[in-house]
Parts: sequence; C-alpha cells; structure tokens
Amino acid sequence: MNNNSLWNDALRRLIANRAAVGSACILTVLILAAIFAPWIAPHSYSYQNLDVGATPPSGEFLLGTDTLGRDLLSRILYGARVSLLVGFVATAVALVIGVSWGIIAGYFGGRIDSVMMRIVDVLYGLPFIIFIILLMVIFGRNIWLLFMAIGAVEWLTMARIVRGQVITVKNQEYVMAAQAMGVPNLRLFVKHIFPNILGPIAVYATLTIPQVMLLEAFLSFLGLGVQPPMSSWGTLIRYGVESMEEYSWLLIYPGLTFTITLFALNFFGDGLRDALDPKTSED
Amino acid sequence: MLQILLKRLLIAIPVILIVITITFFLIRMAPGGPFDAEKAVPPEVLKSLNERYNLDAPVIVQYKDYMLNLLQGDFGPSFRYPSRSVTEMIFTGMPVTFELAFYAILVALIIGIFAGVLAAVKRNTALDYIPMTIAMIGICMPTFLLGPLLVLFFGIHLELLPVSGWDTLPGDKILPSITLGAAYAAYIARLSRGGMLETLNQDYVRTARAKGLSEFNVVFNHAMRGGLIPVLSFLGPAVAGLIGGSFVVETIFQIPGLGRFYVEAAFNRDYTMILGTTIFFSVLIIFFNLLSDLAVLIANPQSRSSQ
Repeated sequence: MNNNSLWNDALRRLIANRAAVGSACILTVLILAAIFAPWIAPHSYSYQNLDVGATPPSGEFLLGTDTLGRDLLSRILYGARVSLLVGFVATAVALVIGVSWGIIAGYFGGRIDSVMMRIVDVLYGLPFIIFIILLMVIFGRNIWLLFMAIGAVEWLTMARIVRGQVITVKNQEYVMAAQAMGVPNLRLFVKHIFPNILGPIAVYATLTIPQVMLLEAFLSFLGLGVQPPMSSWGTLIRYGVESMEEYSWLLIYPGLTFTITLFALNFFGDGLRDALDPKTSED
Repeated sequence: MLQILLKRLLIAIPVILIVITITFFLIRMAPGGPFDAEKAVPPEVLKSLNERYNLDAPVIVQYKDYMLNLLQGDFGPSFRYPSRSVTEMIFTGMPVTFELAFYAILVALIIGIFAGVLAAVKRNTALDYIPMTIAMIGICMPTFLLGPLLVLFFGIHLELLPVSGWDTLPGDKILPSITLGAAYAAYIARLSRGGMLETLNQDYVRTARAKGLSEFNVVFNHAMRGGLIPVLSFLGPAVAGLIGGSFVVETIFQIPGLGRFYVEAAFNRDYTMILGTTIFFSVLIIFFNLLSDLAVLIANPQSRSSQ
C-alpha cells in the first residue's frame, strides 16, 4: 500500500535521527515511570517525616527530601503524572477543537471558511495567559478546568495548520477525480484527505505538548495551577525556589527533570517533522 | 497601506470592547463578594462599601458606569486597598514593568540577532551549532527556572549581583533583564538565522556579491534587511509573552511592577484591580500587535499586496 510506505519511509528517517531516537527513549522511560509511579516510588510522596526534613541526596533518599521530610524522587515521579497528564489531555483538547475547526473551514471553504478564520484571527490577538489566570481566580484552581482552559488556548495554531493542509490536499487532482466520480463527501474525506493531513497534525501535536506543560508549570509556579497535596513539576520548582538558598537540590532536580523532558519533546517533534516532510528540513 | 492600517484598527476596537465586557461579567460571576474573606461587617458599613464600589446598582448600570469611567481613564477604587485607586496602582507599576521589558528586549535583540546572523553566515560550523544548541536550551528552559538558577549562581554562590529589588542596589537590574530576555534571545536567534539563510541565497544578494562588495557590506546592508523581517513580526506577539514573563520575573526578584501587582491581585481576589490590569494588558497587547504589523508592512513592500 502506498499509504503504508509513506509512514515506513518516515519511520526509517526518524530512526536515523539520533537526537529524535534518544528523545523517544527518554520520553518512554518517563511515561512508564509516571504510569508505574505508585509501584516504583521508593517512598510515599505525601508522608511527612520532619525527622528527616531537608536531608541532602543520600542512599536512603536518592534525591534528598524536602523541608517536610518528603522524598523528592517520589515527589518528582508523582509530579510526572500530573505534568504529563496536563500535557497530553490539554493537547488532546486542543487537537479536537483545532482539527475539527480547521477541517470544516478548509473543506467547505468560501464564506464559512472566511468567517471561521476571521474568528481565529481575532482570538489570536487576545491576551490568553491573562484569561487563564482570570479563570483560575474566579472558578477555583481546579485541575480539569486547567486542562480545558489550556486546551482552549492552544487550538488556534492547530486550526490554521489543518485548514492550510486540507485546502492543499483538496485541490490535488486525485481528490478532484474522486469527487468527479461521485465519491460521497464523508468517504472522500476519510479515504483521501484525512490520511494526508495526519502527518502535520502529529508533528504539531508533539510540539504542543511541551508548550502546554510549560503553561501549566508557569501557572503552578505562580501558585495558580495545581494545588497541594497534588504536585506537578511546576509546584516542585516553586517550592524549590523558596528554599534554594539552603537546599539547592530541591530546585535543581525538579528543574533538571522538567527541562530534559521539554528538550526531549521538542527534539522528538522536530525529528518527526523532518521525517514526515523531508522538504522542509533542508536547513 | 493606510487602508490596511485602518482595517486593523477597526478590528482592534471591537476586540478591546469584547475583552472588557467579558472580563467585567466574568469577574461578577466570581463566587463570594469582595469582602467575604474579612470578618462579618455591620450592615451599615456593608451598605456604604457597596455604595462606594457601586455594587448596589443593577449589573447593567454598573457596566455602563464602568465603561463611562473607563473613557476618562478611571478604573475605580481597589477592593483590597480602599484608599488607592486602580489607575494610581497601574501607573505606579507600569514604568517599572516597561523599563524591565525594555531592557529584556534589548538583551534579546542584541544577543539574538548577533547569534542568529553569525550562525547563518557560518552555517554548519561550530559557530552555527553551538549558539543554536544554546538557543534550544534557552527555549526549553522556562523563565521561572532560569531566574532562580541565575540568582543561585551569580547572586548567592558568586555573590556578584544583588538577588532582588529594583533600583535599590547597583546592578540589581541585570539579572531580571537577562532572565526575562533569555527566551526571546533564543527565539530571535533562531528566527534571524532562518531569515538570513533565506535571503543569503537570493539573487539580489548574489548580485551584491558579484559587484565585489565586501562580505560585511553584503551581510549587513543587503541580506539583513530582508532577513530580519521574521524578527520584526515576532516582536508584536512577543509582548504578550513578555507580560506573562514579567509576572514571573517580578515575583522572583521582588520587583514592584505591574506584573507583581497583578499576581498579588489574583491571590487577594482584588477584583477591580484584576479587571483594570486585564484591560490594560489587553489593550497593550493588541496595540503592540498592530505596531508590529505596521512595521512589517513598512519593511516588506511585498506583504502589502498580499493583504
């Protein structure tokens, strides 16, 4: 199948990209660690033991403990669950809204398209960070609201990309031929258009995840995101900053984990783009 | 070109109105009145408070009054600090935030353009790879992590620079400006590298080279003009990010700017202050987006016809 070989080619190119493969490995380990956190965490993430408050990294506590005596490694593992969950769920929200919006606008074109895209243009100009903070202040710091709010912000670019792709694919001769032969709209779309816009969607989704995680961590850092006893990497960094003068490991390890994750996601996304669309990767 | 500008302005005005309206009514949906956190107040005090903040009028009248006051630049009194008006607080914090943002953009432009142009000219050499890897780190490293790390290293470990404050100790503006500017330096480096690579291959650059102009002249006078247009169009939207960044940087470095006021207002549920700053920031963001569009129109005649 022609369709298959496109993805096979992409996979081959992806595997040849060492940075992308390394990133994929790191991400796999992280995701597994997050899923299995309750089984692999050496200590409880919430048990406070003031006797061992703020001990530096040691054999007992590999990354040390925080000021309340909670094991930092366990907290980072549990934080991974929250941070990655926000990343994936909010991206999924953005994906659903953005892809449907872009497909409808691109596929139907004309007036519908210009109205829908004008709405996107207007929304682009709005100060969304401020709106999210506003929502968190007004409706309480609810994690599901956070998902929805972040997702609702990030769909705009997705809508633009998808619309552009749909228009390009729609005007290709084979699609016009199918149309001329009377293939119904839905079937035309599922068989001929959708497979060809999957690549850019996958790429942009991968690159949206780190942005979303950054946004969540930003809010949590300001104290407006994830609330205790739950902790995301953003909250851990916030606590780390508060006590960094005496206990620098509380800042450095969560910060390192977070940065490495963002790094891996960005490299993987770039690699995916290069693999799926070798034309744009020339420089 | 004037027509395009007018068209943009015509879109911007309803957008600003929508933002104000949405924010106004959202704030009124917030659970609990502004004085719930306080001890129970006697009814007559509550009544006078409601009068002061115009809370006893129907919402629609409150909205009308608010809009009319806004036209005169009056954002009303602060809920949390009854003796101060929101307008006054905005104008106290604004100059500090503007100064911080200005230095940050300066840092970003100088470092970013230098690194980006160098990387493009010396493509595929160490002078390309090293700055671009650092730029990647700069993009991935969030402001709220970079700031504390810089404080830890330069402030606490080396004791070279003050770790907080603004305009109180010599050199206390250095770390905040670098912290806020770093991510933009990284973006600008990538954008200017990309833009330069494109223009360096253009015919007019080749012509300039063929005329025997020096490489320096070719790069700076010919290629850079077109090559930096992506940077120009990035600067407008960057203002939104700078405002978000100022929340973080002003919190970390305890700078008495508008960003910190805003975060404090969010914590204290100082509703009129939140409303006022939200409107202020929104207008600012929309204005700078317009300005950057205009700058691109001036710099790139081609984009005029495609609009």
